[in-house]
Amino acid sequence: MTSFNHPATWVHLDWVLVVVVAWLLIGVFGVFALRRFRLVAIVLFPLGAFFSVLLLGVALSAVFSDPETAILPLGLPQLPFHLRLDSLSAFFLILIGGVSAGVSTFAAGYFRQGEGTPPGLICLEYHVFLASIAMLVLADDAYVFMVTWETMAFSSFFLVLANHRIPEIRNAGYLYMLIAHIGALGILLCFGLLQANTGDYTFANMRAQHLTPFWGSVAFCLAVFGFGAKAGLLPLHIWLPEAHPAAPSPFSALMSGVMLKIALYGLLRVTFDLLQEHIWWWGVLLMGVGLITALFGVVFSTVQVEMKRLLAYSSIENIGLMCAGLGLSLLFLAYDMKALSALALTASLYHMLAHAFFKSLLFCSTGAVMHATGERSLGKLGGLMRYMPWVAWPTLIGVLACAGLPPFGGFVAEWLLLQSFLFTTGLPSSFLDMLVPVMAALIALIAALSGYTMVKYFGVIFLGQPREESLAHAHDAGLWERLGMLWLVLGSVVLGLFPNQVIALLDPATKLLVGAGLAHTVADNGWLLVPVSVERASYAPAIFLLGVLASFGLAYLLVRKLYHGRLRRVPPWDCGYPWQTPRMQDTAEGFGQPIRQIFEPFFRIKRQLPTAFDPQPSYKVALEDPLWYGLYLPVARLVERVSKIVGLLQQGRISVYLMYSFVTLIVVLLVVKR
Amino acid sequence: MSWLGVFSQLLALVTALLLAPLLTGWINQCRALLQNKSAPGLLQPYRMLHKLFNKESVMAEHASPLYRTAPYLIFSCMLLACAIVPTLSTDLPLSPAADAIALVGLFALARVFLSLAAMDVGTAFGSLGARREMLVGFLAEPALLMVLFCASMITRSTSLTTMVETLAHRELAIYPSLLLAGVAFVMVSLAENARVPVDNPDTHLELTMIHEALILEYSARHLALLEWAASLKLFAYSCIGLALFFPWGVADANAPLVLLLALPVLVIKLAIGGVVLALIETLSAKMRIFRVPEFLGTAFLVAVIGLLVNVLLGAG
Repeated sequence: MTSFNHPATWVHLDWVLVVVVAWLLIGVFGVFALRRFRLVAIVLFPLGAFFSVLLLGVALSAVFSDPETAILPLGLPQLPFHLRLDSLSAFFLILIGGVSAGVSTFAAGYFRQGEGTPPGLICLEYHVFLASIAMLVLADDAYVFMVTWETMAFSSFFLVLANHRIPEIRNAGYLYMLIAHIGALGILLCFGLLQANTGDYTFANMRAQHLTPFWGSVAFCLAVFGFGAKAGLLPLHIWLPEAHPAAPSPFSALMSGVMLKIALYGLLRVTFDLLQEHIWWWGVLLMGVGLITALFGVVFSTVQVEMKRLLAYSSIENIGLMCAGLGLSLLFLAYDMKALSALALTASLYHMLAHAFFKSLLFCSTGAVMHATGERSLGKLGGLMRYMPWVAWPTLIGVLACAGLPPFGGFVAEWLLLQSFLFTTGLPSSFLDMLVPVMAALIALIAALSGYTMVKYFGVIFLGQPREESLAHAHDAGLWERLGMLWLVLGSVVLGLFPNQVIALLDPATKLLVGAGLAHTVADNGWLLVPVSVERASYAPAIFLLGVLASFGLAYLLVRKLYHGRLRRVPPWDCGYPWQTPRMQDTAEGFGQPIRQIFEPFFRIKRQLPTAFDPQPSYKVALEDPLWYGLYLPVARLVERVSKIVGLLQQGRISVYLMYSFVTLIVVLLVVKR
Repeated sequence: MSWLGVFSQLLALVTALLLAPLLTGWINQCRALLQNKSAPGLLQPYRMLHKLFNKESVMAEHASPLYRTAPYLIFSCMLLACAIVPTLSTDLPLSPAADAIALVGLFALARVFLSLAAMDVGTAFGSLGARREMLVGFLAEPALLMVLFCASMITRSTSLTTMVETLAHRELAIYPSLLLAGVAFVMVSLAENARVPVDNPDTHLELTMIHEALILEYSARHLALLEWAASLKLFAYSCIGLALFFPWGVADANAPLVLLLALPVLVIKLAIGGVVLALIETLSAKMRIFRVPEFLGTAFLVAVIGLLVNVLLGAG
């Protein structure tokens, strides 16, 4: 470890630690200013954002430098903190710094007085959360990893419960905590297997172990289970659509944008870095789970009627796609096809970065809309583009990016993913050769469905006429909120337009994990993004955008020059029907109806139809998750039954417990003979 | 990039802009003839555009700037699509900027903006049309992608120019995967271009329309741009089909002189394609909107089967 003597001699790791300590201090300071809302909002959150930018800068330069290690004299005796900053950690620090800079800025304008938890406490929880995830990606032993993992889980639990007076939010928090801990158990067991009875829990030792295929597979499955619970893979996704809407919007943004990616970081670290041998079916398993998750997520997301739930399901979809990419990369790695493995991994990492920015942006926009209108149900919004242009236009960028449309970040990720799926012929097994194109088809379907979802999201909230009278008084976002959203827009646009530069940043990480990278092919081609060769495929978003803008401008000028620009504003025509009301627009339910019909087996539908004699006929339909009824409730009932049986043993009388001890002693004496 | 490349790129753009309304006019004429109606003139679409551009635009009072910009944006998306599809020559400087996947993305971008613009005014028809358009889109888009992937599996490329060059220079043989892809492509193009059996370009009956419902509120220059964009889309689709399944007669960088011949060849191919389209439209009946997902789902599956056949037979 380098000494903290003089700032000039500090390495990147020291600077990251400075940011972590600064975040913790900001949090502690928040406790002393518990109710001083203005201080928290105007000073502490922007200060946190400043350190996020610092972290971003440090991480950007750390990507290209050699791994740095440190041992902190913290923690238990004999068990110091081992830290290591390599290119994979640096990549995730970029993600954390970049997204949290925008979200913290947004949060400075977001938190108001009189909303559940006092602002000072939120400030503490928020910054402890950030500090814990920054430490998590630095962890170089299982001990630090689990400590920071649990700190992340607890701080986020408290943030989810910010409005703890609402019973649904308490339930959501409970569910979240429960699944987080079931997952943590999986991770703990996985680390236990990885150290292979050596008793040394440092990652360096785990890398040195060579597990048998059986134990390696068990460790892999445990990792998928444990990290999948945090990432929201099926069937452990159930907490996600509950917890995301419950949390305050800036924190939903961080949860969806950053925390889910941190779960994938864990998966990457364990499967690609710590496990040395890879088996082909691991990749197929991960791909399968990922694609099922993605399809499930996107289908559910199209039929949601609450804006944050819609986004939460959309996050499930994106996580699924990222996992599919990781699975493909793992498959190639198992067959030692390094270049293709690097392509798939790059696609997945790119998707993580892009999703972090656009999904945070969308969650921030829901926050701004909720503040302005007090509504979170899509059915009561509409027409907000006129009242909140500063929210609507950035959201439009986020929506386009999320729908995977060119020239934004989401498209580049999808493009790379499809490329990696498309050119896979040459796998040793013909079964896999057949499987991969089918998966590509599924990805195309999922991507197209997410477009449907996003049109619904944007169209119902911001376009059309306001569905409620009160919406006419909606106010636009404040200065801090605007700044935060613009930062995230900037991220999405940069990710969309400069894929080559971004891939250069990802390259050290892919080289570290799979031993190959794309940078050398990419760097030779200037503005073109060329993953393999120019003849095979190329894409240049900047030229693409320039082409669209040029023909846009030309068309506009020519129309004005050759003809005219006269315009008359009148009431809407609507086929000459004059009694048009805002109620006649499609509702959120209506917009999702075709999808509901096509994918009916996916849902558990509760319909309440009116009869001919109802004085006030009403129609209600509720869509529920079949997994909740098919998997979770039976398991819960089983647990309850088992605990009842266990309860029989526990009578609460000390004499009974003494008898248990006595019987146990007798049994032990009988069994253990010398 | 050579001067010849720039020239053929500009030529392709101008050809697309000028030929697209003509193609629409030709199809309308064929259809009218097949249906025993008296046909409008071949140049009717141009007269229509001219008339619309001259008119004053009438716009709903609460329409947002998105509504006003959408027609220009959709028009430029379609123009760019026509620029990257090899119509006359494969020597296109713009082509490396966007491959087959980006082309599908481009169509999707235009569709999303069209749907958003339709929802903007907040009338019943607009949002109905937007919903139906997205319904058609989410099935047609992956199907189109699969069709293109069938061709890219054969040519081992997703770059449109490389695909067309490779397909044009192979020996004449029937690829089963391309055959399946062709069937799927025809189905997708019918849906994407708002043709019978999926949609009816003539109708203004609210129960049946998709595309017309989307542009119901538009007038004058905005409507003209949208109509022109629709023609360009039809043109682009026809050219993709011709380029993938009948790639002969397209010039490449090695044989620039073919460029002289390419235009007449293209016109003839398009004319035949137009007759076929008119024939399909006349012979089939419009289907209920809820049959459309089945129709497009079939197209998607046929294309996926094509992809699998390709892998199975190893036709690389």
